[in-house]
Amino acid sequence: MLQLAGVHSHYGKIEALRGVSIEVAQGEIVTIIGANGAGKSTLLMTISGRPKASAGEIRFDGQRLNGLEPYDIVGKGIAQAPEGRRIFPSMSVLENLQMGAVPTGGRYFAEDVEKVFQRFPRLRERQNQRGGTLSGGEQQMLCIGRALMARPRLLLLDEPSLGLAPLLVKQIFDAIVEINQEQGLTILLVEQNAYQALKIAHRGYVLATGHVVMQGTGAELLANPEIRAAYLEGGH
Amino acid sequence: MPYFVQQLINGLTLGAMYGLIAIGYSMVYGIIGMINFAHGEIYMIGAFLTVICFSLLGMVGVTWVPLSLVMVLLVAMACTAAYGWTVERIAYRPLRGSFRLAPLISAIGMSIFLQNYVQLTQGATNKALPPVVIGGFVFGDASGFTITISYIQIFMILLTVVLMIGFSYLIASTPLGRAQRACQQDLVMAGLCGVNVDRTISLTFVMGAALAAVAGMMATLYYGVIDFYIGFVAGVKAFTAAVLGGIGSIPGAMLGGLALGLVEAFWSGYFATGYKDVAAFGILVLVLIFLPTGLLGKPEVEKV
Repeated sequence: MLQLAGVHSHYGKIEALRGVSIEVAQGEIVTIIGANGAGKSTLLMTISGRPKASAGEIRFDGQRLNGLEPYDIVGKGIAQAPEGRRIFPSMSVLENLQMGAVPTGGRYFAEDVEKVFQRFPRLRERQNQRGGTLSGGEQQMLCIGRALMARPRLLLLDEPSLGLAPLLVKQIFDAIVEINQEQGLTILLVEQNAYQALKIAHRGYVLATGHVVMQGTGAELLANPEIRAAYLEGGH
Repeated sequence: MPYFVQQLINGLTLGAMYGLIAIGYSMVYGIIGMINFAHGEIYMIGAFLTVICFSLLGMVGVTWVPLSLVMVLLVAMACTAAYGWTVERIAYRPLRGSFRLAPLISAIGMSIFLQNYVQLTQGATNKALPPVVIGGFVFGDASGFTITISYIQIFMILLTVVLMIGFSYLIASTPLGRAQRACQQDLVMAGLCGVNVDRTISLTFVMGAALAAVAGMMATLYYGVIDFYIGFVAGVKAFTAAVLGGIGSIPGAMLGGLALGLVEAFWSGYFATGYKDVAAFGILVLVLIFLPTGLLGKPEVEKV
């Protein structure tokens, strides 16, 4: 479904990705783990078109995405719940969800918002509250809900567990698995919480200094002693 | 008391004009964080278009005042909107993502260019428009002082109110307004949500320019005399109004405009007309020192 071949990308003047090749197949949860600054977030942002890849090729369902603007890319069915959640702070929860529905022109809004509220009932209670006043966990739910409003075929999730209490982390990961299994939505998940991510992922890649240094199924990577030493010791 | 009321009305009229121009500054600043110093020239172009349109209408024999007002208003808004769009396209968009000062310098250049362009094409002399809307209400007073509210003042205040209602609706309740607010709060995220950010920014310039054109038309009708240099002072005043109200906030811009108009009118009325600009810019200094976020502005807080 999604193929990246030798993708380079710059974050400011720094070359954050140096020839990354990954693949995501329909229906999978693929995770990308790695240390801080390995280029994980840049990878997701490059898929979304900001920054644009400086070399290499990105294909989605066979179509080249290189050079397209972010709004074109989300229109093709790749939505992102980005790092730091980026909730519109002065907009209500409902308006944030309306923003998520921009790619569909709001045609399925009532139906889709109901689905989001069923998945995250907290959002229904808070629907008229301003985004900036939500707690971290609620913001993460809203962030994922907003991405779902675009009716994507591929969901990019960047650090959904960041800064959340363990119980909330579990809730969010459960929701990710449900979204994948019930809706058949393909998910590319970037995480520092490598243990949780590898547990739910079908496959994973390990990113270090802008390169893919290892790949395998979630279970393989979890069992790998190097991974355990580098990313999991004391992690979970 | 009648004197006070008279100054109040004059101040509101002036404030309506400042407010309409200030909105353009505030909206653009809200989205791309730059002060569009060429915005005052857009207002000036709106004023010139008004004179040109009235002359043309006079030549073809359209003399019914309400019709000509509406036609001039629409033409002026449409043409200045095109100017606003073009300025953004030529002078600012190519500089997006470069260092912060670059678009500011470009804006000053654009302002000088537009002044000279109008001076060259329209001549450096004053342009006068014979009064189009004549008369008004006069309220007598036992003490001998009368209050005059001219029809043009009523027209200006009413038009501003109508525009503000329409504009507030557009920002609060339409997909375009939502996209603009989203861009204002987080440009990157707006793009990730599927908003065509460049187009939204263009439309912001277009809307700001159209409102400035209305102010330009009002100024022409109110004062009757314009020249190629009026954009500078009006622009700086409106900028002051935008800062006073809290730059980035649209109701703030309108409120700041009204406050500034009232201060100027009362200062002129009770102290010295010659120093009214000192009062206006004195306020700018005081606001920047004691209330840097303005009346309705929000301090920029990064939430982690």
